Amino acid sequence: MLADGFTWDLGSDLHQLFQFHFMVNAYRAGTVVAVVAGLIGWFLVLRRQSFVGHTLAIIAFPGASGAVLIGISAAWGYFGFCVAGALVIGAVRRGRPGEFSEESAVVGTVQAFALACGFLFVTLYHGLLEDVNTLLFGSFLGITDAQVRTLLAVGLGALVALAVIARPLRFASIDPDVAAARGVPVRAVSTVFLVVVALAVAETSQITGALLVFSLLVVPPATAQAITARPVLSAALAVALALLATWVGLAISYFTDYPSGFTITTLAFAAYLLVHGARWMATGRHRLRLAR
Amino acid sequence: MSESERRGLRAATPADETGGPSSAPSPLGADPVVELEAAGVELGGRPVWSDLTLTVAPGEFLAVLGPNGAGKSTLLKTLLGLIPTASGRVRVAGRRPGVGNRDIGYLPQRRSFDPSLPVRGIDVVRLGLDGDRWGVPLRSTRPVRDRLEQLLELVGATDLAGRRIGQLSGGEQQRLLIAQALAREPRLLLLDEPLDSLDLANQAAVAALIADISDTEQIAVLIVAHDVNPVLPYVDRVLYLAGGRALVGAPEVVISGPTLSALYGTPIEVLRTSDGRLVVVGHPEAASYHPQLHPHEAPAG
Repeated sequence: MLADGFTWDLGSDLHQLFQFHFMVNAYRAGTVVAVVAGLIGWFLVLRRQSFVGHTLAIIAFPGASGAVLIGISAAWGYFGFCVAGALVIGAVRRGRPGEFSEESAVVGTVQAFALACGFLFVTLYHGLLEDVNTLLFGSFLGITDAQVRTLLAVGLGALVALAVIARPLRFASIDPDVAAARGVPVRAVSTVFLVVVALAVAETSQITGALLVFSLLVVPPATAQAITARPVLSAALAVALALLATWVGLAISYFTDYPSGFTITTLAFAAYLLVHGARWMATGRHRLRLAR
Repeated sequence: MSESERRGLRAATPADETGGPSSAPSPLGADPVVELEAAGVELGGRPVWSDLTLTVAPGEFLAVLGPNGAGKSTLLKTLLGLIPTASGRVRVAGRRPGVGNRDIGYLPQRRSFDPSLPVRGIDVVRLGLDGDRWGVPLRSTRPVRDRLEQLLELVGATDLAGRRIGQLSGGEQQRLLIAQALAREPRLLLLDEPLDSLDLANQAAVAALIADISDTEQIAVLIVAHDVNPVLPYVDRVLYLAGGRALVGAPEVVISGPTLSALYGTPIEVLRTSDGRLVVVGHPEAASYHPQLHPHEAPAG
């Protein structure tokens, strides 16, 4: 790549890292996406709705490739298809949050078709083969100032919407029956949340690619929720872990040429393994003590 | 407080006129909390029960009994305004159902919580206090913290505040959920099988806790029970639902062979064991004594 190489002088490394504008923009975009994904993902994991996040990400792929095909920005495809997908899921869904078992075949069918459509659009585009990789596995190259501004504006909008519904959403996630009895509009709150998730997925897809959205949307929140049950603290931890994975992942990718999708995901995964390993050891010791 | 003391106390304190310090500031303390007049409910065009007339006073403890599918949970949902009535008139605290749900504490049939759910005991109670409001409070205010502390103390769950809800035993979870239901000083508690899936010792403890709170806070309690025995020492009246019809009265009157035989239309016998438990024989799903031996749910981790 363009770097002189990694040295043990952190000052010089940081200077190298930010000497090009594309890298500054990569960090700006990555920071926005990490905060958005960490907070919205925290609720997604609380609600056991990761599967919905995955479905929306798969829907994002034909959206983005279709947008490129007709000559508009991939970002519009991401946002448009994700939000439309969220509204459709919100409309057809029955039962409680997280209960998707009877619909999994339907969702699987839609996912397969969405991927196939995306593949068709990419093929019709006759573009560079790299484009498929970018859409599926992400890239931090060539993010424009305008893209960063869009990410920031949409991200802020999604977070404001989340902040408004946060408490009733949490109530409805943990205890839908009591929340409904207390007058929480459970269905409306769930649908608004799906749209918020769609925005987060669309944003995250633009950094990690459609297939790796979980690396920021699910893995850091799941890790944080395993560390502590304190709600505010674990949400803050989710954001911190997502930021750390993004920042360090981008740096490693810059200096080594490994793709950023891989480095970010691997860092998030390492934190997850570390925390669950520590927990497993702790409970193992506890069980041993009880057994004695 | 022993049961006889409690019953004596209740007789000596005519529930409604005295109005405890935390009872609702209604000008007429004796206003009924629940009124049903010839009420009926249909689900999917099929009548569940009809012609139900019932008045529940503040501080009254009423057990709702009957076989599965008799519409016990439906009754609670009707009072919450979640299911509309097909006929008759229903009033909760003087208003149409669903209007004043702030005055109702509701405990649905037992839910299971994932052990890894990042929700602590204190979070569960807090949901009852302000979980339905919009916006995010990042810090708890002093009055909120005090109220939570008070609620945890009331149900004897102070030491469960920081534990994950899914890692607690069924009895511990039920205490926290009762505290949640009590958070806004309700006038009415609707409890759907709160003793189900608890072991016998916890059934007795939770039943005593509910009766005690009902007494001291003058809260009317409707408790749906599969087995009447754990609540038998505390109930003022029972409502027996079966075959679309309802009977209300003192437990010893309603839970008797002739009455239940007439209700079910088949011969039913009620036996009393030496320890005072009632056993209903003759209907496979009648409210009877089922010693459901559940293994203690050991807290994981």
